[in-house]
Amino acid sequence: MEFSLPGDNNPKMPQFKTGPWLVPLIILMIVMSGAGSIFFQVGPDELGVVQRFGKYVRTESPGLHFKLPFGVETVRNVKVTHVFKEEFGFRTLQSGVRSTYAGREESPSQGSMRMRRQLSVGADPFLEESLMLTGDLNVAIVEWIVQYTVKDPVQFLFRVRDPRETIRNMSESVMRLVVGDHTINQILTSGREKIQAQMEAMLQELLDDYGSGIAIKNVILQDVTPPNEVKPSFNFVNEARQEKERLINEAWKEYNRVIPMAKGQAEQVVREAEGYAIERINRAEGDAARFRLAFEAYKKSPAVTKKRLYLETMEKVLPDVQDKLFLDERQTNLLPLLDLNPRKGGQES
Amino acid sequence: MKQTSLAILLILFSALGLVVLNSAYVIDEAEQVVVTQFGQPVGNPIREPGLHWKTPFIQDVRKFDKRILNWDGYPSEVPTLDKKFIWVDVTGRWRIENPLLFLQTMHNERNAQSRLDDIMDGITRNHISRYNLVDIVRSTNDILNLGPQNEDALGEIDLEKVEIGRYKITREIIEAARKVVKEYGVELVDLRIKRIMYVDTVQKRVFERMISERNRAAEQMRSEGQGVRAEVEGQREKELKRINSEAYKLAQTVKGEADAKATTIYGDAYGLDPEFFAFTSSLEKYPAALKGSRLVMTTESDFLKYLKKAE
Repeated sequence: MEFSLPGDNNPKMPQFKTGPWLVPLIILMIVMSGAGSIFFQVGPDELGVVQRFGKYVRTESPGLHFKLPFGVETVRNVKVTHVFKEEFGFRTLQSGVRSTYAGREESPSQGSMRMRRQLSVGADPFLEESLMLTGDLNVAIVEWIVQYTVKDPVQFLFRVRDPRETIRNMSESVMRLVVGDHTINQILTSGREKIQAQMEAMLQELLDDYGSGIAIKNVILQDVTPPNEVKPSFNFVNEARQEKERLINEAWKEYNRVIPMAKGQAEQVVREAEGYAIERINRAEGDAARFRLAFEAYKKSPAVTKKRLYLETMEKVLPDVQDKLFLDERQTNLLPLLDLNPRKGGQES
Repeated sequence: MKQTSLAILLILFSALGLVVLNSAYVIDEAEQVVVTQFGQPVGNPIREPGLHWKTPFIQDVRKFDKRILNWDGYPSEVPTLDKKFIWVDVTGRWRIENPLLFLQTMHNERNAQSRLDDIMDGITRNHISRYNLVDIVRSTNDILNLGPQNEDALGEIDLEKVEIGRYKITREIIEAARKVVKEYGVELVDLRIKRIMYVDTVQKRVFERMISERNRAAEQMRSEGQGVRAEVEGQREKELKRINSEAYKLAQTVKGEADAKATTIYGDAYGLDPEFFAFTSSLEKYPAALKGSRLVMTTESDFLKYLKKAE
C-alpha cells in the first residue's frame, strides 16, 4: 500500500502569517495533487472496488465517482462482464476469423509443429497439459477451454492471490479426475457432454469453496484424441466397422434381391397348379357330359348306333392309313404278300 | 527573526510529519501484519484491514498475504503398489494461518514454498506408493455401471474395482500434510493431484497394449461382419428353400385334388356302361393312332365282311 500523503493533511495552516506566498502555494499544491485523485471512472464492463486505508468500503457501479484523495481511498476496477478464457493443451496464437493455434493439429501453418508432435511426445510444449490417464488405464489427449467471469469482485481481489493460476491448476486436476472415471471410448465418443457438465459443476464447487468470486461459464472440450502413436490403430477399428457394415449390407442386399423374386416364382407355380386343376376338372366334366349324352342316345338303339359309330370311325381311319392290305380270312401266310421294307411308293392297291 | 521562526516551525512540522508517517501503517484487505520490535514480534498478529498505529522507529511491520496462495509441486517419479512407475504432479492451496509462527519458522514466502515442496513431496510419495494405479486414477466405480458399451469396447470387460479411489487418497494426503504444516503456521486449504502420467518406458508399453487392443477390436469387428453375412446368407437359403418347397407342396396338392376329382367325375360317368365307354373311346383313338401305319385286315372283320359277300 503506497502512501502518498504529504507530511500533514491538517488544513489549519493560515495561522502562520509569515511568508505570505509560501502557505497558499503549499495549500495550492496539496489541493492540486488531491483534485487529480478525487475523481475516478468505472468502465461500463467494470465494477470499482474502493478501499479506505486498505479496508474494503464499497463497490461502485460504472460511471464517474468521488473518493477521498491523498491515498486515503484507493480504487481497483475489476472487469465483471468480460468472459475470460483459459486454454489447455493448446494456445491461440493469433485469434481472428481464422485463428492459428500452437500445439494443435488443424493449424495449417503449424506443419512443423505437427511433425514434431508425431515424432515424439515431448515435442509439443502443451502436450503435458492434455495427456491424461483414462479410467481403463489408457492414455488420451484431451484439449479443452474454460470460460469464466468474475461474479464477486471483492472476493476475486481479496480471497485468492492468483485466480488465473488457480483456475489453471484446478482445471487440470478436475479434468483428470473426471476423465479418470471414464473409459477411453466414452471420452472419445459419447461421453463428451457428460464430462463437460461434470467438470463444470466440480470446478465451480471447488472455486466456491475457495471463495474465489469466479463463475465458470463454460467448459468446452476441444480436440479429444488418442495419442498419435496409437491413432492409426483407432482408425483401423473405424475401417473395420465400416467393413462390417458393408458386409452386412451386401448380405442383406443379396437377400432382398433373391427372396422377393422367389416369392413371385412360388406364386407362379401355385397359380399354374390351380390352372391345371381347373382345366383338369373342366375337361373331366366336359368329357363326362359328352359321354352321358352319347350314352343316353346310344341306349335308345344300341346295335345300330354301335355299328354306325364303328363305320364312321373306319371311314376316318382308312384314308390316313398308308398301307392297307385286305386278306381273305383263309389266307394264313402273309409273307408272300408282304414287303417288310416299305419304300416310298411301295405297294398300294 | 521571522525567517528563523519560520525555519524552526518548518523543521518541527516535518519532524512531526516524520513521526506520524513512521507510526501509521495501512493493512490491505488482503494482508495481515506482525509488528516486531528490534526484530522480536510484539503482540498478536493484526488481521483487521485499515489504518493502524505503532510505536515509531523502534517497531517494524512485517506484512503477510492473507489470501489463498498457490503451491505447485514438481513432478516426481513414484512407483505404485502394483509396481507401475508414474509421474505425479500435485498442486496445492495454502494460506498463512498464523503469521507469527510463520515468521518464526519460515521467515518468508519463498522459503515457505521450498519447504512445502519438501514436505508435500514426501507425503505424496508415501501415500501414492501405498495404492494400486487404478485407485489413483479413478475416484468411483461408476465406470463399471455405465451399461452397455460400444460394440468395440474391448479391454473394458475386466475393469478392476477401486477400493479407495483418488478422492479419498487425496483426502488422506491432505490430512497427513495438514498436521505437518500446521507447525509452520500454515493452513493447507487443498491439495490435488494435478497430473499423472506413465513414465516413458511404461507409456511405450501402454501404447503397445492399446494398439494390440484396437487391433483385436478391429479383427473382432471384421469377423462379426463376416459372421452376420454368413448368417444372412444362411437365412436367405433357408427362406428360398422354404418358399420353393411350400409352393411345390401346394401346387402338387392342388393338382392331386383336381386329379382325384376328375377321376371321380370320369368314374361316375363312364361307370354307367364300361363296355360302351371302352367302345367309344377306342374308336375315338383309332384315327390318330393308325394314321400312316400299315393295316392288314381280313375279310372277316366287320368292316370288310360285306366286301366278300353282301348277305
